[in-house]
Amino acid sequence: MNGHPLAYLDSAATTQKPIQVLDAVDDFYRTKNSNVHRGAYALSAEATDAYEGARAKVASFINAGGPDEVVFSRGATTSLNHIAYGWGLNRLSEGDRVVLTIMEHHANVVPWQLVARHTGIELVYLTLDDHYEVDLSGLADLLDERVKVIAFSGMSNVTGTLGPARTLVEAARSVGALVVVDGAQLVPHAPMDVQDLDADFLVFSGHKMLGPTGIGAMWGKPERLEEMEPAEGGGEMIADVGLYESRWAPVPHKFEAGTPPIAQAVGLGAAVDYLQKVGMEAVRDHEHEITGYALKRLADVPDLTVYGPTDPTHRGGAVSFSLADIHAHDIATVLDEHGIAVRAGHHCAKPLLRHLHVPATARASFYLYNTLDEVDRLIDGLLDARRVFGLDA
Amino acid sequence: MSALDELYRQVILDHYRSPRHRGALKGPHIHAEGLNPSCGDEFSIDLLIDDGVIVDVATQGQGCSISQASGSMMTEAIIGRTLEEARALADTFKRMMGIEEGENPLDPEKPGAVLGDLEALQGVKKFPVRIKCADLPWTTLSDALDRSES
Ligand SMILES: Cc1ncc(COP(=O)(O)O)c(C=O)c1O
Repeated sequence: MNGHPLAYLDSAATTQKPIQVLDAVDDFYRTKNSNVHRGAYALSAEATDAYEGARAKVASFINAGGPDEVVFSRGATTSLNHIAYGWGLNRLSEGDRVVLTIMEHHANVVPWQLVARHTGIELVYLTLDDHYEVDLSGLADLLDERVKVIAFSGMSNVTGTLGPARTLVEAARSVGALVVVDGAQLVPHAPMDVQDLDADFLVFSGHKMLGPTGIGAMWGKPERLEEMEPAEGGGEMIADVGLYESRWAPVPHKFEAGTPPIAQAVGLGAAVDYLQKVGMEAVRDHEHEITGYALKRLADVPDLTVYGPTDPTHRGGAVSFSLADIHAHDIATVLDEHGIAVRAGHHCAKPLLRHLHVPATARASFYLYNTLDEVDRLIDGLLDARRVFGLDA
Repeated sequence: MSALDELYRQVILDHYRSPRHRGALKGPHIHAEGLNPSCGDEFSIDLLIDDGVIVDVATQGQGCSISQASGSMMTEAIIGRTLEEARALADTFKRMMGIEEGENPLDPEKPGAVLGDLEALQGVKKFPVRIKCADLPWTTLSDALDRSES
């Protein structure tokens, strides 16, 4: 890239794909392509097996009780919309409260705002403390029977902050509220056991965990999925359709209206196989090492501010920073000239950036394929940005 | 000079760090706001127009060095100009940047002769994703000029 080998440090936005995933998608289109749950012919049965097989793989990857607890969707955003519309719109009413954190991605903010417009529910935010941890000091006062949902990010895509899942699940249980975990940045990076997590819903995106775009998942507790209404209607999701009323197909199909992203699901299955072969502990340990190294080296760059927790074993691999008076886009342009891809902007988390009083940050984010050498190149690039901006004259 | 050094010329950094004509105008004036939603850059402009001439200008904004420097240089270029001259200037700028079709208006023999400091922004052309940054203040200006005439 620009005369240098590419150092791809933007996996929080989307990840690169291993050959095994590309091959799985390719093989599906070449040898099994047909629609699922429809044809009475062998090819369609094979496609259905491949699609449902991918569901089983994803279910086992997160230690779900069974494949039926996993609903395929377009990704974390669509999953959160399913929950907000399918559950929230039908079960919340004026005066009810949904508790979010200030670090949420817009995907876990806007759907609830849309529900609020229809129902008059109130959104309440937990903020971050000076150490970029979710501030739980006001939580006890907040908890009462008005709180019906606590929805939070398992890991911030900006600061790398971990959502305090244990505390929030316990808090939610104490008032009978539902727990929704946005796992878009969590599931790809650390072992996940939904039975241990004990939330009601967990959502994530395939493209952030080595899989294709256009596929993701919503895990839900069986009783939640049963009581939840579909947010989308159409083919595939029905048991029977009359002129004025219809009955839904059983979970999980009642949430999968229309032809699903079949090849993409198969690709996600291959991605999950790949991650399991590497081992999610190993993935996590590698990221801890690389994040720790990055934090250590960034601390030596003059006038550089990192927005996020400092303990690399208690945070994710998304590292946001600013450098002197150089705007994040200018940092990204300089780094791009060095073949280093980082994200610059608000990272779809405007409430958080306002809370941090920065209009934009640059963000490096790491995954299993990144190396310490790439961190060194990042540092060299940042030093060059200082030079270009005349800071070391 | 490397492409980077050409992009971030001294004059651009100077305008970025000390933008000219910053603030807001008091009393009646024309106001327009621009935003690049994808990157979050913001730019707003106040114009005081008297008898078809831009007699005062004030801008506010936040964003990258390219958008803010482009806006700062623009204020110096348009003050004292008639509305038609300001439009022509915007057109010349957009042709220089390749944003609008047409011949490059600059004189290669005489750097700075046509657009002054603004010619330093040519370096942006090598960074296609950043051209919209340089363009933001000019689009906002066009919007303000349209308002002044409606
Ligand atoms: C924390 C978090 N939640 C949700 C999303 C949305 O994911 P998608 O765009 O794949 O639906 C993202 C993506 O950046 C994210 O980082």
